[in-house]
Parts: sequence; structure tokens; C-alpha cells
Amino acid sequence: MAAVRRSLVSIAFVVGLPAILVLAWALATQDSTNLYFPPPSRVLDAFVTTWLSPDTLKDDVLPSLSRFAIGVLLSIVIGIVAGTAIGATPWLRALLEPMLEFFRAIPPVVLVPVLMLVLGIDDSMKLAVIVSGSVWPVLLNTIEGVRGTDPVLVDTSRSYRVRGVLAYRYVVLPAASPQIMAGIRLCLSIGLILMVISEMFASSSGLGYQIVFFQRQYMVAEMWSGILLLGLIGVLVAAVFQLVERRVLHWYHGSREVARG
Amino acid sequence: MAERTPLLSVRELKKTYQGASGPVEAVGSITFDVRPGELVCIVGPSGCGKTTLLKCLSGLLTPTAGAVTLDGAPVTTPPKKMALVFQEYGRSLYPWLTVRDNVALPLKARGMPKAERRAVVEQAVAEVGLGHALDTYPWQLSGGMQQRVAIARAVAYQPEILVMDEPFAAVDAQTRADLEDLVRRVWRDLGVTVLFVTHDIDESVYLGERVLMLSSSPTFVQEDLAIDLPDERDQLTTRAMPRFTELRTHVYEQIQRAKRGAATPVPH
Repeated sequence: MAAVRRSLVSIAFVVGLPAILVLAWALATQDSTNLYFPPPSRVLDAFVTTWLSPDTLKDDVLPSLSRFAIGVLLSIVIGIVAGTAIGATPWLRALLEPMLEFFRAIPPVVLVPVLMLVLGIDDSMKLAVIVSGSVWPVLLNTIEGVRGTDPVLVDTSRSYRVRGVLAYRYVVLPAASPQIMAGIRLCLSIGLILMVISEMFASSSGLGYQIVFFQRQYMVAEMWSGILLLGLIGVLVAAVFQLVERRVLHWYHGSREVARG
Repeated sequence: MAERTPLLSVRELKKTYQGASGPVEAVGSITFDVRPGELVCIVGPSGCGKTTLLKCLSGLLTPTAGAVTLDGAPVTTPPKKMALVFQEYGRSLYPWLTVRDNVALPLKARGMPKAERRAVVEQAVAEVGLGHALDTYPWQLSGGMQQRVAIARAVAYQPEILVMDEPFAAVDAQTRADLEDLVRRVWRDLGVTVLFVTHDIDESVYLGERVLMLSSSPTFVQEDLAIDLPDERDQLTTRAMPRFTELRTHVYEQIQRAKRGAATPVPH
């Protein structure tokens, strides 16, 4: 009984505020004739007709999502591989770190025209935009994580002659994994933003393209529905990430709970 | 005894660090031998460079001068025939691996086949009395149990020499007594050579067949004392023996002398 009550309460906390906000929105826009702020029912209608039609799903939503997935996956792989190499090699780190800080500070958006020139306007440009922004948190966190491996653990592995691939798989990467996961969390949100931005330039499909298109056509309800969809994708991505993170870092959360008593 | 060839031989080992205000001599000149099957304790005042000495003789640090040989071969990198137990058990076990996998990883690195690995791991973990905890994580265990896991890992590695760096400094007194008896038992059951570093004088006398006393920094071996207590040792009776008291008093006085800096090296 108490357990049921507790879970009901926690569900109420999750959906409570969104429900109140939507209600407030509905009340405020009930008799509104304001072009820019349509009532939620109109936005919801637009959502269903715009995004749930097979054509938009196929031509806009899925391509966007796959660009996001590939871009983020590339960032994660590049970030972890390069980060491990740099983190484990002091001279490489000394050589690259100032430059990495420089590149990280460049907002990826300003690279869009340059990347267009170099890569054209197809998917590879969009992927490059996504990677150019979302690789940094993974890369820099991996470097820090690998570098910060407990020296006792390093000595232990050395004295037991755990080396090479085995050392990376069972010592270096797990030791850095809490920081790598924190980097991936950032990478996901930056990746989503850059996916939209990359589609706003010289594009003919995708969520970013559609949202800009609706804006320019004064299809305001449709535009809002696109923004709603982006938000929902963000929530879904965060939920999936949390699930994966709990699994990968179960030892980390477990040991921290024990340490806290 | 003396005619047996030494298993571990340390010759004029010296380690100097580059400190902020010039070189710091952590280890002056240390020379000693450990013969096969011995249990040797090294005891010295705090800050005398015990950990530096261990790191040098286990191939983790390169000494500034001198030589270490294990079974006739010079030690330059961590040798196959040596297993280490660190003081910081909490930091030397892999928190993302279960007890089983912690013990198994060095064996996997050595290329031991899976079936054999499983058997060796289970036997070693049972040897330290943790057979029931094979699939728990180290952080779910108490400090003493974690150090048992570290000992199991060292035992499973099947070394010729087991080197322990103040392994029980961070556990409570009762656990410590149990672990001391465990070390004696492992040493006798497996016939492995043990080099045990401690700052605890009673512990060194209780455990050792020989006690090497180190001077304060820059460190040398101040005295090499044979412990002529009976082989069968027991926390109550051994520690109550007049001879035990004599020996610990002697070691204590030597360490006090070391702290005053009044000691002189033993000729070798």
C-alpha cells in the first residue's frame, strides 16, 4: 500500500509541473487570436498531422534522428579512443592540450559555412557539424579520467603485469568511465542542438529544416509542434542515457552509497 | 641456512628523489638477502623509506644505484615471480570487478586457461575464508575482508615471493590479529617466501623468522635479527612468552636509536 502510494506520488511529481503548465497555457490562450501563441489544442493537432504522417516520419524525422545517432556515436568513439591515447601519453598531452582548448572554444555554428565549402551540403557536412561540437566533452573528460586513474591501481596493474588490451579493457576504461559517462551526457545534448542547427542551413529535409520552413511560412502551430517534438526527443534520449548509465556505472553508484554510509 | 642461495637479493640499493629544494635521499644504501621459504619482516621508523624500498625491489621504481635480483635475474620491471599486497586495499582492488574477477585478472593477463583460472581463483579465495563472497564487489566487504581478497589475489598468482607493504596498517586490532595468522598459515601451507613490511614492532616479531630493522632516512639496514620463537605461533601464548617480550624490547630499542639517528650500519 505504502509502496503504491510512494510510486503514485513520484509519478505525480514527474508529470505534475508539465500538466500545470499546459493547463495554464490552455487557459491563457483560450480565446486568444494571437498569431504567435496558439492554444495547445491547435499545437497538438498540428503535431499529429505534421509529424505522425508517414511521409514526414520517413523524410524528416528519421533522417534527423539517424544523423543525430551517427554524429553522437562518432563523437563518442573518437572522443574515447583519442582521449585514452592522449590521457595515457604525457608528451602527447603536453603537445595537444593547449590546441584542444582552442578548438573547443570555437562555437561549432561558425564552422558551418567552412564545412559547407569543404564537404558540400550533404549529410557529411551535417555530421561534421555535430561531431565538431559534441566530441569535446567526451574527449576532454576521457583525457581527465584516464590521467586521473588512482596511482595505487596503476601500480597494482603494473605489478601483476596486466598490460595492453587487457589493461585498457579492465583497468583504464572502467577507471575513467564515470567521467566518460558525464562527457557523453553533455555530448548528447550538444549533439541534439547541433543536429537542428546543421539542418537549418542549405538543407531540404530534417527537423531543423522543417521548423525554419514553418517559421518562414507563418505556420506557427506547426513550428511549435516541431519544438515540442525536439523537447520530447530530448527527454527520451536522456531517459535512455540514464538507463545505460545505471548499468555501466552500477559499481560506481554502489560504492559511493557504501562510502556515504 | 646461510648456504642456501638467496631468492631475493638487494645490493646497496639507493634511491634519491629530486625534491623542490634539491635531491632528497629516501633510501641510503640497503643490502640484504631473502632465502627461499623465509618469512622476513622489515620494520623501521615512519618515514624511513619502506615504501620506496618496496617499489624499487618490485620493479615499480628504478633505483638510483644498486641492484635487485630475484632468483638470479635482475629486477628492472615487475617480475613474474613476485606478488604484491598494498597497504591501501580499498584502492588496490578494482571496484568494477567482483571478488572473483579481481583475483582472476592477473591470471588472465598471464594467459592461464579459463577452466584452470576458475579453479585456482576459487581455491585461493577459499584459502582466505571468503568462498561465500566470490561474486560480491570489494566495496560491499569490510576492510579486513578486502585485504583478504588482495591476499587471495596474490596467492592465486602463485608467486615465489609475496611482498606485503604494511598490509594491516588500516584495519582494526582484532581483524589485524586474524590477518596476521592468515599470513602465517598461507606462508606455511603454500611454502611461499614472504617479505612483510610493517611499522608495528610486535607484528614484526610475531610474524617473522627474521626481522630487518631499518634506520631512519637515509636508510640502511641497522640490524638483521633472527627470531628464535617456536614455529607454531599463537596470538595468546606466543605474545605471552618471555622471549617474545625480550625480542620486542630489543627491536623497540633499536628503532628508538634509529629515530635518534644514533645507529650505525651493520657490516656486510
